[in-house]
Amino acid sequence: MSAAWLHLPILQVVLPLFGAIAAAFLKRSASAFALALVVSWLMPVIAGALLWQVLTGGPVSYHLGGWEPPWGIEYRVDLLNAFVLLLISAIGAVIMPAARRSIDLEIEADRQPRFYCMFLLCLTGLLGIAITGDAFNAFVFLEISSLSTYVLIALGPDRRALLAAYRYLIVGTIGATFYVIGVGLLYLVTGTLNMADLAVRIGPAWEAQSRAIIAALGFITVGVGLKLALFPLHAWLPNAYTYAPSWVTVFLSASATKVAIYLLVRFYFSVFGSAVDLDLLPVATFIVALSVAAMFLASISAVFEPNLKRMLAYSSVAQIGYITLGIGLQNQAGVTGGLVHIVNHGMMKAALFLAAGAVLLRVRTVRIAELAGIGRKMPWTMAAFSVAGLGLIGTPGTTGFVSKWYLVLGAIERGWWPLAFLIVASSVIALVYVGRFLEIAWMREPAEGLAEAADPPGSVLLPLLILAAATIYFGLDTALTAGIAGQAAQSLLGGMR
Amino acid sequence: MTEAIAPETLLLLAVATPFLGALAIPLFRNRPNPREAVTLITAAALFLIVLTLLGAMAGGARPSLTLLSLGAGWSIGFALEPLGGIFALVASSLWIVNSIYSIGYMRAHHEPRQTGFYACFAIALGSTMGVALARDLFTLFLFYEILTLSTYPLVTHKRDSEAMRAGRLYLGLLLGTSMLLFLPAIVATFAFAGSIEFTPGGVLAGRAGPVAIGLLLALYVFGIGKAAMMPMHFWLPAAMVAPTPVSALLHAVAVVKAGVFSIVKIVVYIFGIDLLAESGASEWLIYAASVSLILASLIALTRDNLKARLAYSTVGQLAYLVLGAALATPTGIIGSGLQLATHAAGKITLFFCAGAIYVAHHKTEVSQLAGIGRRMPVTMVAFLIGSLSIIGLPPFGGVWSKWALATAALDAGSLFAAVVLMVSSMLSVGYLLPVVARAFFLPADERGDPHDPGRISEAPISCLVALSSTALLCIALFFGAGELERMLESLFGPSAGAP
Repeated sequence: MSAAWLHLPILQVVLPLFGAIAAAFLKRSASAFALALVVSWLMPVIAGALLWQVLTGGPVSYHLGGWEPPWGIEYRVDLLNAFVLLLISAIGAVIMPAARRSIDLEIEADRQPRFYCMFLLCLTGLLGIAITGDAFNAFVFLEISSLSTYVLIALGPDRRALLAAYRYLIVGTIGATFYVIGVGLLYLVTGTLNMADLAVRIGPAWEAQSRAIIAALGFITVGVGLKLALFPLHAWLPNAYTYAPSWVTVFLSASATKVAIYLLVRFYFSVFGSAVDLDLLPVATFIVALSVAAMFLASISAVFEPNLKRMLAYSSVAQIGYITLGIGLQNQAGVTGGLVHIVNHGMMKAALFLAAGAVLLRVRTVRIAELAGIGRKMPWTMAAFSVAGLGLIGTPGTTGFVSKWYLVLGAIERGWWPLAFLIVASSVIALVYVGRFLEIAWMREPAEGLAEAADPPGSVLLPLLILAAATIYFGLDTALTAGIAGQAAQSLLGGMR
Repeated sequence: MTEAIAPETLLLLAVATPFLGALAIPLFRNRPNPREAVTLITAAALFLIVLTLLGAMAGGARPSLTLLSLGAGWSIGFALEPLGGIFALVASSLWIVNSIYSIGYMRAHHEPRQTGFYACFAIALGSTMGVALARDLFTLFLFYEILTLSTYPLVTHKRDSEAMRAGRLYLGLLLGTSMLLFLPAIVATFAFAGSIEFTPGGVLAGRAGPVAIGLLLALYVFGIGKAAMMPMHFWLPAAMVAPTPVSALLHAVAVVKAGVFSIVKIVVYIFGIDLLAESGASEWLIYAASVSLILASLIALTRDNLKARLAYSTVGQLAYLVLGAALATPTGIIGSGLQLATHAAGKITLFFCAGAIYVAHHKTEVSQLAGIGRRMPVTMVAFLIGSLSIIGLPPFGGVWSKWALATAALDAGSLFAAVVLMVSSMLSVGYLLPVVARAFFLPADERGDPHDPGRISEAPISCLVALSSTALLCIALFFGAGELERMLESLFGPSAGAP
């Protein structure tokens, strides 16, 4: 047991990897599902134990194969990535039971073991990005997660899923290339790939190589920006989320973009921020401007969107804007708001997409116009949707309010009053698109096509209710989410020059 | 027996009781009588709890309790102080009367969705208690938003396109202003003062310049859309599509009063009236409130629909409270507190009467009311009493609030405010008394009800009981206002009372 305790960081990545390989050899979808379920339930246990180790003993450093960093690959877990690991693995674990029913509907039985294989690979990649302390190793995991994501999206029942996956493939490859060019430039300048080591060596190299370092920052920002769907690099996201199998969308919306955001934060604060005075570079203003554009333009697209899943996808682009905005604010409250919104938005959006998936399961459509009166037919599903929707709007008592509070506070503390009003104004647009659907869902007489509709089976409904309850619980008890995010923000900002 | 319960527990019970009632109501969804009994019992229990609390407050107790500590400087907590106590008393006592009225009205009309109606009503009352007893701005904001959300199904009760349109305006304006202006104001207060707890004397003194204070006050006044300060008042007339009991309690008492109460409470406990008086940061508000007051009264004169006329009258009468707060003197605040109680009693009477006329004769316009006084004498006498109280004539409660506000205006040296108060009283004579005059002195319309010409036909008895008791309350407030005034004076210590 004590051996496992010491090797938790590698177990976090290797377990899903081996699970994926095993799933590829399984013939029956039920056994593949059981395997994926066991692995995904182990993940939050490991992530929770890691978080506990960090909270009690400070950052954990794990040397792969016993090679000392910076020569060997180092897995480095501090508060920030322990937090991200826990989010991704916990959401994966909560929604995993819902996968079976949802996948049965959308993917043929003989392909299902491969689906679980791809899911576990994707999980490996995402957890790997979050845990590694090596810039190139992060690229490898980025590719693992991306390649498996392309497959997962292409498995969608609609033929347009293929096109969406292909678009994402092109864009994702460009993103990965940009990222690796950036990392390559840094390697040229510093001769190291270890992130902590990079942070030490970039500073002395700044005088002579400032251009290369700025270029590296630019390449990495754009490359990771493509993966996290930073406006205007988000064009791949709405269709990918709309046409992917419903359950895949639930998982991706809560994890893939979030991990990319983590990577950006890591490079931005821990690597560049601690080496160079970031105020010399216009990146922060740039990110803030793009974030505000995302918050408004994507929200407005959501208002006019007739497809429920795509409406939620546009809303994701807007909500990612909140997160990057907090990062761009670069002060304690702002970064706390951005980081806590990674978790809060993950929970809310997973609940919303899961509810949309439940609707698809029961009535085979997610066109908003055809869902009149669905609340009467699927009361629990829609109640959970409403709670998570209120979270998107940022009603007090939900997680969305916590995020908004910190972001507005961050803007005011910077003295950026207009920005504070832009933040709340964009949440008013969220009120419009959420309210528009809720009015149709609750206040109309049920449409004819919905006669047979009812709440989904417990395996789907229970995860949905857990996520909705979490939206309220973490909206009131912020000690875990905002508390850890605040500490992480403090250490990120404290390390900056 | 109640003495055995700690005031802190009572405080929690006051907020929790209506929510528990809301949970119990759906259990009886197919049995109307026990269902309405739940509403009445809950309302009566709440009233007793509030009464006991006020008794404890008169004895000097100031219970305070933290329900949840949320980190980041906020918590959900409740505390009792005189303004909130009066608001809680007004809302809880009128809930009983209103429930009696609702039962008659909703049944006479065979309204659908009655279970949801009573459940939402109870939630709305629970959130009103939360607003009244909130210890800090976060708690207040939380219940303020729940109040908006829980009253939306009541406003859209009819579910037709007109109701849905009104519902969109209602939600859009109330949630919109609270998110756009109220929330940034709270965050800014936290950023300036490091605290959002209601503190005697305020938390902002010395933390921000006069211009910032003035702007912050504007954010609060217009962000609290429920207070219906022009130009944020459009939701109120639109919300009149709701069934009359909703208009009566929520849009004459709970919702709009939650708005103006929040403004007065923030002025007293976040800004502090001394700060506003010294910095002059609230002077602009005197003018803004006056504009709202006069304009709304003028619009009321032009409205033929009785409920719309009453709605605009509410907009105007609420501006009195804001005006009282803007004067930033103890007398002004006391006047506001009195106006909160007396206007509630008067306006709910008027709404009850409007609903009774609708139930008995399906008449909605003032021009249709000729001669109705002879057919509904009880209703129209109650209407007269309510009107006179709103106008501010003795021997009705309204006179005291108007008196205190006029004194405060002169004390503060604002002749302008005093003149505005006089003009507005005259205007309220103009839009209320013609209704009564037409009802009693004009001959009935010949083409009226052919089955039953000229005989007395009133609304159901429960409606009559309700509207007579609120009319009597208007008279009782004339004699009982001293008690309320003493309670309010304790806000400012023994020395600074009204003359």
